[in-house]
Amino acid sequence: MTDTPEIKPFEPTIIGFTCNWCSYRAADMAGISRMKYAPNVRLIRLMCSGRLDPMFVIKAFAGGADAVLVSGCHPGDCHYSTQNYKAMRRFHLLKRVLVQMGIEPGRLKLLWASAAEGAIFAAEVSKFVEEVRALGPLNWNGPIPATAYKSVKEEVPA
Amino acid sequence: MDENKPKERIGVYVCHCGTNIAGVVDVGEVSTWAGENLKKNGVVIARDYKFMCSSLGQELIQKDIKEQGLTRVVVAACSPHLHEATFRNACKGAGLNPYLCELVSIREQVSWVHTDKIAATEKAKAIISGGVARVEHNEPLEPLRVPIHPATLVVGGGIAGIQAALEIADAGSPVYLVEREPTIGGHMAQFDKTFPTLDCSACILTPKMVQVGNHPNITLLTYSDVEKVEGYVGNFEATIRKHARSINTKDCTGCGICWEKCPKKVVDDVFEAGVGYRKAVYTPFPQAVPKYPVIDRVNCTYFQKGTCKACEKFCPTHAIDFAQEDEILNVKIGNIILATGWQLFDARRIPNYGYGRLANVFTSMEFERLSNAAGPTGGAIVLRDGKTTPKSVAIVHCVGSRDKNYNNYCSAICCMQSLKFAHLVHEKTGATVYNFYIDIRTPAKDYDEFYQRLIEEGTLFVRGKVAEITDAAFNPGEEGKLVVQVEDTLIGKQRRIPVDMVVLSAGIEPRFDSKETAKIFGISCSASGWYLEKHPKLDPVATMTDGVYLAGCVQGPKDIPASVAQGAAAAARILGKIQQKEISLEPIRATINEEQCSGCRICNSLCPFNAILFHEDKMVSEVNPALCQGCGTCIAACPAGAISGTGFSNQQILSQIDGLLFLNISKKEVVA
Repeated sequence: MTDTPEIKPFEPTIIGFTCNWCSYRAADMAGISRMKYAPNVRLIRLMCSGRLDPMFVIKAFAGGADAVLVSGCHPGDCHYSTQNYKAMRRFHLLKRVLVQMGIEPGRLKLLWASAAEGAIFAAEVSKFVEEVRALGPLNWNGPIPATAYKSVKEEVPA
Repeated sequence: MDENKPKERIGVYVCHCGTNIAGVVDVGEVSTWAGENLKKNGVVIARDYKFMCSSLGQELIQKDIKEQGLTRVVVAACSPHLHEATFRNACKGAGLNPYLCELVSIREQVSWVHTDKIAATEKAKAIISGGVARVEHNEPLEPLRVPIHPATLVVGGGIAGIQAALEIADAGSPVYLVEREPTIGGHMAQFDKTFPTLDCSACILTPKMVQVGNHPNITLLTYSDVEKVEGYVGNFEATIRKHARSINTKDCTGCGICWEKCPKKVVDDVFEAGVGYRKAVYTPFPQAVPKYPVIDRVNCTYFQKGTCKACEKFCPTHAIDFAQEDEILNVKIGNIILATGWQLFDARRIPNYGYGRLANVFTSMEFERLSNAAGPTGGAIVLRDGKTTPKSVAIVHCVGSRDKNYNNYCSAICCMQSLKFAHLVHEKTGATVYNFYIDIRTPAKDYDEFYQRLIEEGTLFVRGKVAEITDAAFNPGEEGKLVVQVEDTLIGKQRRIPVDMVVLSAGIEPRFDSKETAKIFGISCSASGWYLEKHPKLDPVATMTDGVYLAGCVQGPKDIPASVAQGAAAAARILGKIQQKEISLEPIRATINEEQCSGCRICNSLCPFNAILFHEDKMVSEVNPALCQGCGTCIAACPAGAISGTGFSNQQILSQIDGLLFLNISKKEVVA
């Protein structure tokens, strides 16, 4: 037996933004169906993902969040007809800005979840937590080199 | 000193929800922690209680509001979608503006989804800390009150839509009933008998159809589609396209000479399910409501080739109008009922059952038409040749249902429908009837008695999922027959059963265009494509979009009694609202500060409701609160920060972020 102290795995703190109509209800559905997922995400309910001011995301990072989840209705299903498309536009722009600020693109995730998709919500949250765990704590060391820009070109979640 | 003193006096209430929350979250620790650590945010009292939503729990909050002078309340319990209204009303009862109460979810978001008790307790603390930080910036609000338009739009004229329309119209309110087909009646009009009582379907349905047709409060719009819906509860506006019937309904008497004289015969794959014919000018069936025929322009010789006009020549009232055009109607309504129904599972998708390839394999809907006295065979159950009576019939249950390759769900009606078929075959032909089933599901009133009756009548039941239906004979006894290959799971043997006729009890599916329809009305679908109700148990009639209700199979597979009940329930909900004459809306709206607005007009084009007006004279934009729905997109987009949103202000959200991260920061400081 050695005296090495037990090293606890890094537990990321993630702030999640959900819309009132689909993704918050997906979280409710996950709860009602008792689907288990990682306890690292703390949700904020907005009326619509279109309400997401990029400032909120930056504020969350500045306040100590290791990652931010943005979640809304599937494209075409928005309660306010098309406002989730506006969230999507902002998301991609914001991701570029974050990279320029030195935040890895993997720390911001967009997730479409309908009110019926509790299972998808739970699975995606757990997956995201593991991804962020692999990235480690947010370490704001200044801008990332230009080579990292390529990784921003991810596929748009459908 | 005074600057640091919290402005508000906040009470925190942590619910145990029996063991639902307390089983995972250490609620005592959470409330003690909140009482000590959130003092600087203004928390003056933190309590935990077994059931906060009980009247005793609510009284506890009310007592504290009065005695402790609380100015804000945070309840940590279930989802705000469940009990927000309960706690807001409790606050209101104690004289506190209801919007100064915040409900944070530590059940759906914590105790029900996490197993690690320590992590769950920490998360609960963080969520409460977020709620406390947010509630400080909540503002007292008053709900907006808007008048309700008394008219209702019912979409779909099947039995659910008919019932809903009649209930509302009988109570004295106007109804627009929109139906895509030329007549109302829906699938029920196609059926022969209805289980378990075996009433003739048309005999019980057509009187209701006539009632709808004659009702002074119902505007019946058949052969029409809803194209667009705008507005919000109480004040919708729908755009309805009335397709050109090519018949002038003012002059038409419904005498039927036009379809007698029409030379063009068409296979009727809607009403007759493909086993019968109609003419190019037709009413689907004799008791159709309205009685006026339509000209099917795709099949009409005149529309395709330019000559014929036989119907026009013979029409005694000159009602044929080939030049008629689609009509667009705009109607104002207060509420909407969606009763757009279902469609039959396409049995061709299961190739091993041979439907479409083997002539004497029928679908359930084809069988209904064969058995119907008004159908193409006059009610004679015969093979595809139109004359031979089958001596043995196999009825296959669960076709396309309870099958992970097709639909996972149970279609709910097929067991009873198959039993009904078995009875009808037995009664009309005396043939041997086999039922191939996985499980027999007969849960409703008098349903199992019907099953027992069928067993006594001598119907044979084979428990097993049919593997294949084939015409390849293995022995002389199978020559010229259809062979049903099945594993009889009760005797544990493979069996080959030769029969003359197979009826596939096909499942029911959402309409092919149900997703597009859902988008028109702004509602969501479940994973299977059925429309999502507000709550699966407690509110199976409303949807998450206020003012839009569901009735019938559009919400999930169900039989006629359940569809009728839901239609009536939707009507009752709407009548209750109409009676109030006014409706209160959540006061979540955007407002523009004129002094800060630079007149850049970025917000103008972002609003999907055209709620933002631009004043050319003052060069500023303004939000029309009657049109604003509160999504907040403009608030997030305003470069000048001139737009603020009630209920979800920047200050509220930014503070909530701080609050949620409070624990995190304090931990990091300790480490540093």
